[in-house]
Amino acid sequence: MENILEIENLTVSFDGFKALNNLNFRMNAGELRVVIGPNGAGKTTFLDVITGKVQPTSGCVLFKGRNLQNIPEFKIARLGIGRKFQTPRVYLNLTVRENLDLVCNRNKNVFSTLFSRPKSAERRTVSGLIETVGLEAKVDLSASLLSHGEKQRLEIGMLVAQSPDLLLVDEPAAGLTDEETENVGALLLALAESHSIIAIEHDMEFVRQIANNQVTVLHQGSVLCEGTMDEVQNDEQVIEVYLGEAPPTPGE
Amino acid sequence: MGSKQEIEQKQRRKKQFAEMGIAISLLIVLSVLLPAVLPAFQLRLAGRFFALAIVALGLDLIWGYTGLLSLGHGIFFALGGYALAMHLKLQLPEGQLPEFFTLYGVKELPLFWQPFHSFPVTLLAIFAIPGIVAGLLGYLVFRNRIKGVYFSILTQAALLVFFNLFNGQQELINGTNGLKTDTETIFGVLVSSDDAQKAFYVITIILLGLIYYLCRWLTSGRFGRLLVAIRDDETRVRFSGYDPTGYKVLVFAISGAIAGIAGALYTAQTGIITPSFMEVPFSIEMVIWVAVGGRATLIGAIIGTLLVQLARTFLSGNFPEVWLFFQGALFLIVVTVLPDGIVGWVKNQGWKDVFAWFGYRPRVQTYPSLEQDLEVIKEKQDILGE
Repeated sequence: MENILEIENLTVSFDGFKALNNLNFRMNAGELRVVIGPNGAGKTTFLDVITGKVQPTSGCVLFKGRNLQNIPEFKIARLGIGRKFQTPRVYLNLTVRENLDLVCNRNKNVFSTLFSRPKSAERRTVSGLIETVGLEAKVDLSASLLSHGEKQRLEIGMLVAQSPDLLLVDEPAAGLTDEETENVGALLLALAESHSIIAIEHDMEFVRQIANNQVTVLHQGSVLCEGTMDEVQNDEQVIEVYLGEAPPTPGE
Repeated sequence: MGSKQEIEQKQRRKKQFAEMGIAISLLIVLSVLLPAVLPAFQLRLAGRFFALAIVALGLDLIWGYTGLLSLGHGIFFALGGYALAMHLKLQLPEGQLPEFFTLYGVKELPLFWQPFHSFPVTLLAIFAIPGIVAGLLGYLVFRNRIKGVYFSILTQAALLVFFNLFNGQQELINGTNGLKTDTETIFGVLVSSDDAQKAFYVITIILLGLIYYLCRWLTSGRFGRLLVAIRDDETRVRFSGYDPTGYKVLVFAISGAIAGIAGALYTAQTGIITPSFMEVPFSIEMVIWVAVGGRATLIGAIIGTLLVQLARTFLSGNFPEVWLFFQGALFLIVVTVLPDGIVGWVKNQGWKDVFAWFGYRPRVQTYPSLEQDLEVIKEKQDILGE
């Protein structure tokens, strides 16, 4: 299968501090990849570089074979990379429907946004997405009135509305109740059927729910280990720097 | 649910119809009745207030909706005013120069005065020049992702640059003395005559209405929602595939053009334009009008301007020494007690809080959150519908 994302020898340094150090990463189209790692491992910088928020000091990021160097954020987004931030970032003063409609807009140039009316196909997409994220009852409510979990789901819906090929999700389960976490997990798994997804996560319970494929462990700005969940969990290095010793469980 | 949508649509249409009625009757009262009733002097004053309301509308567009606080709108206001004043100054027999030129020994009309011989070019210049200047300034600032306070400081610095430029160029535009328009003619009529002033007043009212609807159109629909999105979270907008720079430049240019129109109307009804229109306090006052009326409401910008101007006329006439204190107090009150301005206060039903201070509390029928919960409303409707 073709690689949707390839990262070669990527280094990002902030005033000499290397947030990412010679990182190599590749991932197949259609994969759901979970990235874990201790605080300060460079997980968020990793996403910042892919989306163009931070320029690499050296090395390059190839998306579908195309180098993303010096392409502004909005163009990278139009190429098909959608990003969800750690804290839910939705437009609080707009309603749920307006939030989705804005992102769904196919032609994002100034004048077509000003003069064209929403097409019926776009309106259908919005209605479909509202169902997917389960916010039917709150479509016309301002997003500031949503709960934290609902905002997370709305933001994931906004990502999908962009119809990206690659979804970058930064800690989608942060601050959610167990039930909401499971909802979000199920939503991600459903989306993984038609998108490539990179999910960054801390919550190992949640990682176990969604990691059906490969897991990448970052440590001090480079990849420590890569493999299935079981392999990673039993890797001695990973246990040492991140997971810690498992408590002795009776019966094992 | 089809019937529900139909009902909603009907209600919306009814609302639009009522709004239209109010707008038209207001227009008639202001443009036909008021000129018939008010004495010439007061009509002229009212015309100036309405001209200032236009610039407040433009300011609300960029500050209230897009979150760009401009402290330099005096630039665009004055540019529009100068454009009209230059045309009026040129209403002379062939070969003659406006008299102030002779004071400085200028023999030939400067090149940039030439186009203002033509009335259509002047009309275009009144909104195009400030619009283009605003667009260029905006492009340079927004492309470099300068925002927030830094943007405000930059606009104020630009204001000072323009003030000094106009103030110092005596041979070109009569420097600090400005251009007097009252003694000039337009279409053969003296600008300060009652008929001409009445015409300017009616034009001001009509343009105020048109620009209000232009702003309404801009801020409704996707474009308007994108402006709000830029105000609330510009980074998110960028990651959604929009380039905020183009939107900000366009809306800033439109706001500048609106300020130019306002400036021209104000100049015609004041009788003179001087570089003092580009003094810092005047541009800050504009911001106060919008804040008093309520940001991001449009109608609030108009109401705020009219109220502050009326208060100013009354206070500075009767107690000239208290006006500045009053203005300062007004700003403090708005910032601390009425952050959403007058219109925002009415919208949020702020009077209920006032009643509460006097011990009167409206009785609550049930848990308010339940009354407003859409799921509960939906269930109630389902039960009643079945």
